[in-house]
Amino acid sequence: MTTTIDVSGVSKSFGGVVANREVSLSVNTGTITGLIGPNGSGKTTLFNSIVGYHPIDSGSIKFESSEISELSVQQIARRGLLRTFQQTRIYGAMNGVENMLISLPHRKMSIWDALKTFTREDYERADHLLEFVGLYEKRMLKSGDLSFGQQKLLEFAMALMNEPTCLLLDEPTAGINPTLINGLIDRLKRANSEFGITLFVIEHNMRVIMNLAENIYCLAHGELLAQGTPDEIQNDQRVIDAYLGAH
Amino acid sequence: MNRNKTILYSLILAFTIVAPFAFPNFGTQLATLWLMIIVAITWDMTGGQMGYNSLGNIFFYGTGMYVAALITIGLTYDVGDYTSAAGGGIYEFTDLEYFGGMALGILGAGLFCSACAIVIGWLTFGLRGPYFAIGTLGVAIAAGELVSNWEWVGGGQGIALPVYPGDFDTGKTYFYFLFAAVGIGAFLFARWLYGTRFGSAINAIRDDEEKADAMGIHTLRYKLYTWAMAAFFVGMAGGISAFQLIHFEPLETAYQTINLGIFMVVCVLLGGKGTLWGPVVGAILFHLFKEVTWNYLLGWQWVALGALIVVTVVYFQDGVMGWLVHKKPEWFGIRVEKKVASGSK
Repeated sequence: MTTTIDVSGVSKSFGGVVANREVSLSVNTGTITGLIGPNGSGKTTLFNSIVGYHPIDSGSIKFESSEISELSVQQIARRGLLRTFQQTRIYGAMNGVENMLISLPHRKMSIWDALKTFTREDYERADHLLEFVGLYEKRMLKSGDLSFGQQKLLEFAMALMNEPTCLLLDEPTAGINPTLINGLIDRLKRANSEFGITLFVIEHNMRVIMNLAENIYCLAHGELLAQGTPDEIQNDQRVIDAYLGAH
Repeated sequence: MNRNKTILYSLILAFTIVAPFAFPNFGTQLATLWLMIIVAITWDMTGGQMGYNSLGNIFFYGTGMYVAALITIGLTYDVGDYTSAAGGGIYEFTDLEYFGGMALGILGAGLFCSACAIVIGWLTFGLRGPYFAIGTLGVAIAAGELVSNWEWVGGGQGIALPVYPGDFDTGKTYFYFLFAAVGIGAFLFARWLYGTRFGSAINAIRDDEEKADAMGIHTLRYKLYTWAMAAFFVGMAGGISAFQLIHFEPLETAYQTINLGIFMVVCVLLGGKGTLWGPVVGAILFHLFKEVTWNYLLGWQWVALGALIVVTVVYFQDGVMGWLVHKKPEWFGIRVEKKVASGSK
């Protein structure tokens, strides 16, 4: 099985705080991999390191077998490794369709392509993906006026519009009501199976991650604590201790 | 384009052509109005559409003046001799030297200012929000001071260009149409640009630059190109002004940071930031307000202008067009739709 993301021995500290210490993990191509851990265990820091948001102190990060730890956020995104934010980020002043159109992949777009108008196919694709996440009816509204949950769905649709090979999702279900969550799990699975996108998901909701991921990593205090299938993780005494605070 | 829009555009074009003949006494005023429209539209390209509020666009106006003048003079005479000859030699220009030099000068001014925008942008686009505004203002002020100490280009005395060779009134109409042509060009260019993927990319930078980065948009490249496009039109407008004014000097005319440099920002705020028509509407209202107060409130005109700025910034931030969007959202396509997606299943 090939790996899409290969993190080996990555450390990152902010001043005296060690956010990640010697973390090694890999995300297999075409799978859904989970990343869990108590608050402050370094999950988001690891995501930020992978997408080039800040330089790492040591270690190596490979995406599709090539080193990316020295590249900028833009360069990594153009290679097809995309992330969504824990605090949802959309372009608030624009409507849903505009948000989608902006998210067209720029990796192949030259400056001359950029000077063309959007094609009919672009609009159809935007509409199709908005329908996929259930926002079609609200697509002409200013997206800053959508509810938080709807904005999360929009951000997910925008990420799909960008045609990534791998998507890093930082707490996709946080702030979404329980009925919508089931729909979202279904859509994440479909994005994986229908569009062939490899997913790497940070999640606090145990029910969600156990349903979604095939392979789960658990971080605690910046170090890798455990790895395994949902069953193995659920029954791992160290994971239970970390979440219940028995240290 | 639907029928109403075609009629509207035709009426505006007809008025543009007829105006200098219908109101011959206001020829220079109307030319200045077009200048305001040009600097407002181009300011909005970065300020409104891209979220980078530059206070330094006047740099391109001043630089455009100098470049156009130097090209025209340099094609026929030695620039050093010409500028040091205050009260001395007499320099004649034939019609070909005048109009040919002007054409090359105005075009050269635009291109040179675009190149300047790339260099200055590369240095300043790391700055965000108010820091970018102050940084670019610094560039414009520094440029004025540097030029006023550069004897080869006339120093603090500035440059006197040859007078329009025809009769005085024809000259006024001639410069009016030059400004109008650049203004219409800038408007049509902006109208086209905002409809392209390029336009969407700069809007993305305005709304959330970090998100745009994370989506793989070449943010710096788009910022530089946008400013270079704006600078091209401002530089040409500066070049035309140099010939229209005949004489200009560095601090009060060319790099006039506190006049035109601020007026262009107020025009955009008044009309509505980040809209196509906002800068045009704002420029017209502002120019009317300014001329009326200059005529009827002389002595208090700066107070009135200051009050207008304060009221706009504090109570009317969205401008005329922003207010319209708020009042009549359906005119701008903001609605809930129930139709089934055409592209799905």
